[in-house]
Amino acid sequence: MSDHSKSSPLGTYFAVWGALLVGTFVTYEVAKLDLGVYNAAVALIIATTKALLVALFFMHLKGAHEKLLKMVVISTIFFLFLLLVLSMADYGTRSWS
Amino acid sequence: MATAPVPPAAQPERENYLNKHYGVGSWLFTTDHKRIALLYLLSITFFFFIGGFFALLIRLELLTPGGDLVQADTYNKLFTQHGQVMVFFFLIPSIPAVLGNFLVPMMVGAKDLAFPRINLLSWYLYIIGGIMMLHCMLTGGVDTGWTFYVPFSTAFSNTKVIEAGLAIFVAGFSSILTGLNFIVTIHRMRAPGMTWSRLPLFIWAHYATSIIQVLGTPVIAITLVLVVAERALHLGIFDPKLGGDPLLFQHLFWFYSHPAVYIMILPSMGVVTEIIACFSRKRIFGYSFVAFSSIAIAVFGFLVWAHHMFVAGISVYAALVFSLLSYAVAVPSAVKVFNWTATLYKGSIHYDAPMLYAFGFLGLFTIGGLTGLFLACLGVDMHVHDTYFVIAHFHYIMVGGALMGYLGGMHFWWPKISGRLYPEGWARLAALIVFIGFNLTFFPQFILGYLGMPRRYYQYPPEFQVLNVLSTAGATVLGIGYLLPMIYFLWSMRYGKPAPDNPWNAAGLEWKTQSPPTTFNFEEEPVVTWEAYNYEELDAPHKEEVPVAR
Amino acid sequence: MHDSSTAAVPAAGHGEAHNPALLHHFVDEQQQRDASNFGMWIFLATEVMFFGGLFCAYLIYRRWYFGDFAAASKSIDALLGGTNTAVLICSSLTVVLAIWAAQTSRRALLIGTLILTMLFGLTFLGIKGKEYKDKFDEHHVPGASFSFDHVSIPGHPDQYANPRHAEIFFALYFIMTGLHALHMIIGLGIFTWLLWMAWKGRFTPEYHTPLEIGGLYWHFVDIVWIYLFPLLYLIDRHP
Repeated sequence: MSDHSKSSPLGTYFAVWGALLVGTFVTYEVAKLDLGVYNAAVALIIATTKALLVALFFMHLKGAHEKLLKMVVISTIFFLFLLLVLSMADYGTRSWS
Repeated sequence: MATAPVPPAAQPERENYLNKHYGVGSWLFTTDHKRIALLYLLSITFFFFIGGFFALLIRLELLTPGGDLVQADTYNKLFTQHGQVMVFFFLIPSIPAVLGNFLVPMMVGAKDLAFPRINLLSWYLYIIGGIMMLHCMLTGGVDTGWTFYVPFSTAFSNTKVIEAGLAIFVAGFSSILTGLNFIVTIHRMRAPGMTWSRLPLFIWAHYATSIIQVLGTPVIAITLVLVVAERALHLGIFDPKLGGDPLLFQHLFWFYSHPAVYIMILPSMGVVTEIIACFSRKRIFGYSFVAFSSIAIAVFGFLVWAHHMFVAGISVYAALVFSLLSYAVAVPSAVKVFNWTATLYKGSIHYDAPMLYAFGFLGLFTIGGLTGLFLACLGVDMHVHDTYFVIAHFHYIMVGGALMGYLGGMHFWWPKISGRLYPEGWARLAALIVFIGFNLTFFPQFILGYLGMPRRYYQYPPEFQVLNVLSTAGATVLGIGYLLPMIYFLWSMRYGKPAPDNPWNAAGLEWKTQSPPTTFNFEEEPVVTWEAYNYEELDAPHKEEVPVAR
Repeated sequence: MHDSSTAAVPAAGHGEAHNPALLHHFVDEQQQRDASNFGMWIFLATEVMFFGGLFCAYLIYRRWYFGDFAAASKSIDALLGGTNTAVLICSSLTVVLAIWAAQTSRRALLIGTLILTMLFGLTFLGIKGKEYKDKFDEHHVPGASFSFDHVSIPGHPDQYANPRHAEIFFALYFIMTGLHALHMIIGLGIFTWLLWMAWKGRFTPEYHTPLEIGGLYWHFVDIVWIYLFPLLYLIDRHP
């Protein structure tokens, strides 16, 4: 595991923690507004931001000295997307004919 | 051949992984990847016989047009269990768990896999899943087809669906852990100088296979969980009466099960690459193309699953997309076939048993692959889906391809694994018998399918009988062909000639170890300064010699 | 630089005997640490695909039965769900603090943060238990006693949700959160073991790999919940 930077990472950890809590609160409050189809999009964008913060800072992906771990994450998300998107090729188009 | 089976002269046997420790405990609690490979070898061979037994009963039933050997429900169980056992308990583990476990650490220059205890755990998970499956079969079996389609499996079948599903769930984790181990080993434990472009293509093939195992298997795991939950709790996730979609099951099932066929074939391609290079005495033509094709097959393999669902009710637009993608997935496989052929060109060909299996693979895999393209064509698939054409197609790939590669690999590395030479004459005969038996069994099935004989039927119109009889006759021959290696491999363990460390004068770090290897493989960590498949160098001092193990 | 020995010998460059946790087949501790870390990330990749199948099923049915799903979603307690999200976020903080404590030889902090992490985990499970009990009392557990009659679709007060479709929501709700809770329980087991190791003084600034990979697992479980919360609880919360 790569060494952390010489300065304390504590500041970063608490900042991320704060951001995650704020993100949760925002998600909860925005859900009460009527944004139509964008409700889901906003919620997922916030969720993805939170997930990225956890992955990059708490799981130390950002400091990783090789691209390998990031490749693992990106590939996994890619294959998950394949499952979701290509099934939509069926479900999304059944009503077309 | 020796005139009398006399045990080899008593030269003191060198210490190796087989004789280092004795006792059942030293095997059941081993963390040595080579011993675990042998544990797997015994286990998968056992399940191969079980699956083969079911196949025998199927072919016996199909000797006559009437349903006269077994009842319809029994026949359903036979083909279901034949498929489940062969796919999940034989083919998926076969090459990775036996040859992969044995060779991957040595080929990269390591003392063991990255996680030896997890390796042992993966074998225990396989055994637990296997015992569960055996129990399931002995106490009633399952009749849904190996594909577990809903709502029959969740709402209507009266057989042990839950137990079978859970057995496969457990065995799936065995597969996942093997893949995980290989990926970490290949990335992190290569010896100094063993760069990616110096790796044997066997390693590239197993790397690609491991990616599929790691990313695909969890999806069938959760799918089986959903089936078990639905069946046990009467949920409506897949039940159309309750708002569910049976096709959702098929999407989730095939998302794994199509890439699963690449789990079964990629390692075999890796084996064939090693064999063709060695017995042509040439570097593989187009190393990078073969390496990247392996990765491409793994990736593309995830894009095509709904070609199993063309007539199931998916939208025609989805069918078009998946048909197109299914054509694309054939390309990297074809690239490999071209590269193997080009390797043979102007090579110094030796027809030892491993090479005979490799030749068999080349022809049979090509036929299987091409018929896959027939199936990828929507118009043709409408006609031959769920017929014997499909059965012939996948048996050409799984048996003519994957199993031939497995047998070729077992012969090629047998001297390394056991320290003994197998009898070459018998091995060549067995390879020929397998090839003839195989084609006699499965080629008629292409014709049967085209003529319209459905799969999973135990009765058929009388005009199909001749072809069915041919197929069953072929199966008998094939069975003999499989029995022979069992016999002579066992024979060789006691009476075979002791093998030199590198009987084939082959390239690859594994051939620099003892035969059989010591527990930690290498005396000193190897430092690699040569390219893969350096056959010119290897042959240079022996220009006129024939480098075979005689 | 690389030892070729097969037995455990002191590694050059360290003033002390090498860590007894170094396994023989690794060349050095760095390789072992990197391999363990990489192995855990790959395992998490398998977990993503494992949950991914459920997310796929969920997304398909949510699209098909949006109104019914919205009605069902409204009946689960978003405040409890949100609280649980905050609880897990706090637990992820305590996990990274525990690793920092190990890196800086702060034993008391290490043990304290590990205990806090587990307390947060137990709190999460406790709140989840309350939610499940509520659903049980309201007959929203799929099965023979399921009932979801006369619940209007949010935004369409004149339309009632189809109970069969709502049952699918609840089936997925219980399976997804149940699987997540199972992972939490396993995580608590892992952290019990880590706590025991920390108590025994096994972690040093040079060696605390189990903490790191246990932490990775815990963060992953947190991330799954980060997605479950909006998807399950907040489909349509417009007043």
